[in-house]
Formats: sequence, C-alpha cells, structure tokens
Amino acid sequence: MSIEIKTDSVEPIRQTYSHIARRFGDKPASRYQEASYDLEAKVNFHYRPQWDSRYELNDERRTAIRMEDWYVVSDPRQFYYGAYVGNRAKMQEAAETSYSFCDKRNLLGRLPEETQKQILRLMVPLRHVELGANMNNSKIAGDATATTVSQMHIYTAMDRLGIGQYLSRIALMMDGTTGKALDESKGYWMDEELWQPMRKLVEDSLVVDDWFELTLLQNVLLDGLMYPLVYHKMDAWFAEQGAEDISMLTEFMRDWQKESLRWINAMMKAVAGESDANRELLQQWIDHWEPRAYEALAPIAQASVGVEALDEARAELSNRLKKFGLQSKGVSA
Amino acid sequence: MSQQLVFIVFQDNDNARYLADAIMADNPHAEMQHQPAMIRIQADKRLVINRETMEEELGRDWDVQEMLIDVISIGGNVDEDDDHFILEWK
Amino acid sequence: MAVKNKKLNLKDKYQYLTRDMAWEPTYQKKEDIYPDESFEGIKILDWSQWEDPFRLTMDAYWKYQAEKEKKLYAIFDAFAQNNGHQNITDARYVNALKLFLTGVSPLEHAAFQGYSKVGRQFSGAGARVACQMQAIDELRHSQTQQHAMSHYNKHFNGLHDAAYMHDRVWFLSVPKSFFDDARSAGPFEFLTAISFSFEYVLTNLLFVPFMSGAAYNNDMATVTFGFSAQSDEARHMTLGLEVIKFILEQHEDNVPIVQKWIDKWFWRGFRLLSLVSMMMDYMLPKKVMSWAEAWEVYYEQNGGALFKDLERYGIRPPKYEDVANEAKHHLSHQLWTTFYQYSHATNFHTWIPTEEEMDWMSEKYPDTFDKYYRPRYEFLAKEHAEGRRYYNNTLPQLCQVCQVPTLFTEKGDATKLSHRQIEHEGERYHFCSEACCDIFKDEPEKYVQAWLPVHQIYQGNCGGADVETVVQKYYHINIGEDNFEYVGSPDHKRWQFIKGMAPQQKGDDEAAEKPNAA
Repeated sequence: MSIEIKTDSVEPIRQTYSHIARRFGDKPASRYQEASYDLEAKVNFHYRPQWDSRYELNDERRTAIRMEDWYVVSDPRQFYYGAYVGNRAKMQEAAETSYSFCDKRNLLGRLPEETQKQILRLMVPLRHVELGANMNNSKIAGDATATTVSQMHIYTAMDRLGIGQYLSRIALMMDGTTGKALDESKGYWMDEELWQPMRKLVEDSLVVDDWFELTLLQNVLLDGLMYPLVYHKMDAWFAEQGAEDISMLTEFMRDWQKESLRWINAMMKAVAGESDANRELLQQWIDHWEPRAYEALAPIAQASVGVEALDEARAELSNRLKKFGLQSKGVSA
Repeated sequence: MSQQLVFIVFQDNDNARYLADAIMADNPHAEMQHQPAMIRIQADKRLVINRETMEEELGRDWDVQEMLIDVISIGGNVDEDDDHFILEWK
Repeated sequence: MAVKNKKLNLKDKYQYLTRDMAWEPTYQKKEDIYPDESFEGIKILDWSQWEDPFRLTMDAYWKYQAEKEKKLYAIFDAFAQNNGHQNITDARYVNALKLFLTGVSPLEHAAFQGYSKVGRQFSGAGARVACQMQAIDELRHSQTQQHAMSHYNKHFNGLHDAAYMHDRVWFLSVPKSFFDDARSAGPFEFLTAISFSFEYVLTNLLFVPFMSGAAYNNDMATVTFGFSAQSDEARHMTLGLEVIKFILEQHEDNVPIVQKWIDKWFWRGFRLLSLVSMMMDYMLPKKVMSWAEAWEVYYEQNGGALFKDLERYGIRPPKYEDVANEAKHHLSHQLWTTFYQYSHATNFHTWIPTEEEMDWMSEKYPDTFDKYYRPRYEFLAKEHAEGRRYYNNTLPQLCQVCQVPTLFTEKGDATKLSHRQIEHEGERYHFCSEACCDIFKDEPEKYVQAWLPVHQIYQGNCGGADVETVVQKYYHINIGEDNFEYVGSPDHKRWQFIKGMAPQQKGDDEAAEKPNAA
C-alpha cells in the first residue's frame, strides 16, 4: 500500500538541539557536534566532592589554565565514540594481520639473541610508560570539563592501554607466551640504571595535580620526544641490525602518533592563543618538564641510536612549540 | 521462593537464535521466554554456554567474547574462559 | 632459539596484558599516587586478589564495539531517512523519550566522568582498567542517545535542551542529585552506588522493560540504541558484582560500611526509578508489563537470588526493601497524578489515561487502582471536560535527600502521606520517608548542601519569583509547546496531521477532545 507523504508532515520543526543551535545556529548539525557540545553538567551541583572539597564537581578551577570557553578546544578528527572505535578497529585489523604473520612465521624468535635482548631491554619496558600515560589521561578525562576535551583524553587513555598491550605482545611472541620475557623486561624497568630517570619521571607525573599541566607533560612533551625517538629513530636502528620485522609491530604506534598530533596541536594552539597568562604558565611548565623528559630519554638514546637522534627529536618538538609562541630547548642544543 | 535463578537476556536476532539453541542443548533445565525484541533464558543456579556447542551450531570458530555483542543482561556470578561462559549462584 | 608458542588461556593472557604493566612505585609514595583510596575506611589488603570481571583487551574492544556502532548508526540513518517517528504507536509515547533524554542521558555523561575519575583512583590496575572501559562505554551511551533522539527532536517538542534542563528543572534534580551524590563520594562508594546498586541491582528495571516497550511501540531508534547500550551493560553488571565481592572478601571491617552503602544506594536508586515506574505504566501507549511485574521479576526475584548469594559475606538485603516491595502497587500512580498537576512546569506532557488503559491498570493493580487512583482520574477527567484542566500552582515540598516531592504514602496505608522531619543545627529538614531521613542523619553535612529547586526559586536564584518566568527563562521550557496537557498540544496536533495522511491507522478518537491548555 502506498502512503502519500506530504512535505508538511515531515517538515522538521527545528534542525538541532537548542544547545547546539546556540553555538552553531539552527541548522542540521554534525554527529560530532551533537555528541560533543555542552553535554556535561555546568551549574547547581548538589554536593562538594569528598575527595577534594576545594572545588565543586566539573569545576574549571581544577587547572590553573583559564579559558573563556573550553569548547574552543575541539577535535580536528571530529571523533565521537562511534567514529573513534571505527577508526581504531581498522587500525587494529591491520596490526592483527602483522602480529599473526610475525607469530606464525616466528619472525622474532629467529632474530639473534642479542637483538631479542635489545628489544626486551630498550623497547618493551615502554609498556610501563604507556600504563602511566593511560592513568594520566584517565585522570584528565575525569577532571576536564568540556566534553570536546575530556573525550579526547579518554580515547587517548584507552589508546595507551592498547599500545601497552601491543608492546607486551611483542615479548609474549618472543618467549613462546610464557611471560618470561615480560618478567625480564620488567626487571630492566624496575632496576636497570638506564630506565630509572624515566621511571622517576613517570612516577612524578602520577602526582601532578593540575590536569592541563599533566596533558602538557604527558601528551605534548614526553610523547613529543619519545615517539619520534623510539618509533622512528630506534625503529631504523633495529632495521640496521636486521630486525626490520619489528617495524611491522610498531606501525600502529607510528600511525597513532601521527594522528594524535592533530588534536594535541589544535589543543595547544587554542590554549596558548587564549591569553598571555596561559602562555606564561605553559612556558613555566615547559621549562620545568621538557628538560626532565629529555633527561629521561637520554640514557635510552645513548644505549641505542645515540644522543644526536634525541636532539633531533628535541628540535622537532621545539619547532612545534614555537608555532604556539612557546620556547623549549632544542634549536640551540 | 526456593529457586535461585540465573539468567541471560539477549537481543532477538539471528546470532541469538544460534546462541539460544546452544544454551538449550547444554542446559536442559533452562527455560526460554520470548519477549518483545528479546529472548530471556533462565535456570535454577547455573547456566553454561559452551564454545564447542556454539561452534557446532555455527559451523565455524567462535570466540566466547563474540557473545557480548548480543547480550542485554545477565544475572549470576560470571565465570568466563576460552571454552565457556558460566553464570551461577554457588 | 626455537620457541614453541602455546596459546595462553584468556585469564593469564589478560593478566599479562593489563595489571602486569603496573609496578610498585619507589620514587613516589603510593599514598601520594593514590590519595583517595583510603579515606572511606575500606581496607584493601591485596589487590592481586582482584578478579577481572571481563577480559577484553583493547584490540578486541575496538573490534566488537565498532561492529556494534556500525549496526547502530545504519539503523539511525534508516530511521531518519524513512521518518521513522511516524511509525510509532502514538505520539504520547515520545514523552517517555523526553523524560529519558533529560533525566537519564545526562547521567550517562556523569557516569563517563565518574568512571574516568575512579579509573585513576584505585591502586589496583585491574580495577582501574575495568573502570576506564566503563568510562568510555558511558560516553558512548551519552552520545548514541543524543544521536538516537536527534531525529525525534526535529519533530517533537520537549527534547531540545536536555543537559541545560538537567541542571535546573525541579524534578530533574532527582536524577542529578543521585549522580552528584555518587560522584562526590569516594571511589569505593561510587562503585557500590553505581556499579553494584544501580547497574547490577536496579538497571534492568530501567532498560529492559523500557527497551522492550520501545520495541512494542515501534520505536526502532530507541530499541536499537537501548539494546546496543545494554550489551555493554552486561560487562558493567559483572564489574558491579565483582567489586562488591572483592571489597567484602578483603576485610571483615568492610562489611558494615558496604552494608550501609547498599542500604543507602538501594533506596536512592529506588526513589530515582519511581520516575521510570510512571514511564512504564502511563507513558507507553502499548504496554509490555506493569511496573509491579517488572519489580517482581527484576528486583524481588533477581535481587533475592543475589542477596542470598551475598549472605555468606554477612550482607543482608537492603533495609526498607519491604517498603519498596509494598510500594510497587502504588508508585506509578502516585507519581503520575503528581506530574499531571505540575505539567505546566515539565518538558513533557501528561494526560488522563484512556478507559482501556485504566482497565489495564485495574487488572494489573487489582488491590489498589480502582480503590485509590481511578476515582482521582475520573474526577480530573471531569474537571478537564468542563474546562478546568487542573494545574497545581503551589510549589511542592521536596525531600531533602531524594528530592522527589513528598508524595508517597506510608506502607500499609495509602491514605496517609509519608513525611518525616528533623531539626539539624537550627534548621528544619523534610523527608519523604524514614529511609531518606536515615540517609540524611548519617551524613547531614553532605545533604544540607543539596540544591533544592523549590528553595532556590523562593530564594530568587532561578531568574524570577513567578513560575512562568522560571519555567520559560530559567528552565528553557517553551511555554505552550513543551509543557501542559497532551491533548491539544502542538505535538498532539502534529501527530493527528501525520496520521491524517495515513488514515489506515486507528486509535485517534480522542482527537475530538478540545485542547484546553493553560
């Protein structure tokens, strides 16, 4: 049976929600917009948190950074949950292919023992750094107010858990899934001198209270040096030793970091561009943390690719920061 | 009431029909109820879903975690491993 | 060296891929890294005893969740393209969605924030990871609900400013204060409140009958998001049960603390769900099951099995469970008759149930409906027919704890309003029940802080003194569109118009009735 639908009967009475229309006008909104703007509670909180009664729930004062409107920080990738998991599902599918290929052919087991040991000593302990990053990003997601900001951090938190799991699987592949290799690698993390500045830095990051200081330290500074160093320069260094297969297993991390730079840079641009006060505060934090991140990575660089490679990563970071009117060591170094 | 029911509810879709068949095959004491858009299976004390039975039903490999896509609700303590998913009150 | 790969079982593999990434800190003190773990008095001796409630690694998580999302959004698209809103049983149904989007969806977002927070607070990595996964799931629910309702919002009133209303509108302080209460508590209480009491014990009452009801009323979009969200819920429920067992097993001193929380959060949840009771019995044009039946299956039966299982830890069923069980015969009726009177201040419509609906209620509530509630509706219907649609212009007295108007009656006497009051530091506080009063007495310093909407109006904090100004300007409720009686409302008229295009649909006889809003 055919039903004649007159246009009047389906004509919408409004195009989007009022809170979206107040920002973007009453026109059809994107899924990202409807999923991300002004969803969190803003006023009339009932009780002060017992775990920190200085502030209310969803209180913007949990960071010293001041924004007229935190929603100017948004995600250039326009990730709402569905878009996020869809994207990661594709990435994991590619990674899975590489991991099972490597596993089936025992490509890692065929590497010289010395190279295997280097992987366990220099790369796999980063799974612990990833767990620290996971914790830090979860804290930020819990403290940040605007959903555009908090959602990027929970995605990142879960990404870091995933990356830690991929790194762990490298070791599980090497030891025939007994966990022996992971124990060995964890021993380096806990006790070897080489890792101690990094472990101290990660533990120190876990007591940083200001969430924006923490995202700067974790997602901008530490990752800004660590990812280029490890997943580009050290990757090439492993390849030189005939361990190019490891590259297949870290492709996820390279793709991930390239993509993450988009939202991190957009966030930094918006926050530093907001006011001189913000920029000064960011600068103080950079002055404090950037050298620490550098020092934490220096022994690892020394033991592998050499400090010059780290200096190159430092210069890259410095150039990135310069675009936001911020300085770090590196160009002169 | 002397019974201590465990239950599992899933969406009434194609996957669920295989799941329901597998559960009913392995849990003869279970009771299946069809409700709008969903299927509820309950049993006294214990319900088990076996990977092996599901694989026979489906004619392919089946990961216990695939079930999570269609499950709506459960009641009972969960014991999950590679081969089975068990709901029980001990 | 030649190595042979043997497949790890799920449990061992998961341990290596989660909590083995954690380590004992030596450069910072544990208390400084996890400062919120001890102030509630819960004693955890050994986090390694934590049983992972589910064992999803991130790769599997992304894969399965993406699959769910793909299905879900395909249906949203189809729903919008085909104007699926025209296929629902009756436009009155949409009022259930209005209540859901303003009352429940903002809680999903609050849950995202709350689980992100506890996903950092515990020193046990297994517990943290489980909480974080729930955090991102809750974000999912918050967002898919916005998307599912997006199309409805284009065609019906009352859905247009949900989060804004949630922060302000009087009855929405019931759900808001519930979640604020949990989020402002410590991490163990938060999990007892939300993961255990709400997700495990009570959430079935919200989602399962409601989604089934959506299916029954041809609301494809809601069924789909609801069921898709519930598939995450199975994981969340498992977490809820694991966390309680873990806390109880760790130290006997934890038992009385947990019992107190169970008592409190069962009651808080029960009061919150009273809104759901009216949604089920009154707002679904085609009814699946009554609130009383749902309560019997999902609380009395399932809760009974659960609390029997927890007996061995020294946990008893929640205090005042008997009051809640008895209230199942009254709850939805008491709520609906109250909201009927206050429709001028809500973002959804109310109406007198039809004759057939009243007969259904008589059948489902044989001992109470005809005796107490049918006469009220007959009276209100008569008033309405004679041009006096009743609206109550006195602001209601709200309970200091649950913030529901004090509309409930005493157990065993449906003619006697339940009311308690106490004096605390020179101020008088009012409660809907003994249970809410108990909750206050246990933590008065917390509940004196409550942002009570009626007090706030009187104190001039809501943009004006008269109800109309508050409703329009402060609540963003569009007067004459979002509020008042359903019959004759713009939603109703539009629906009649839609159905006029498709005259083969039956059941719109009430259309003859003259609108008489305001």
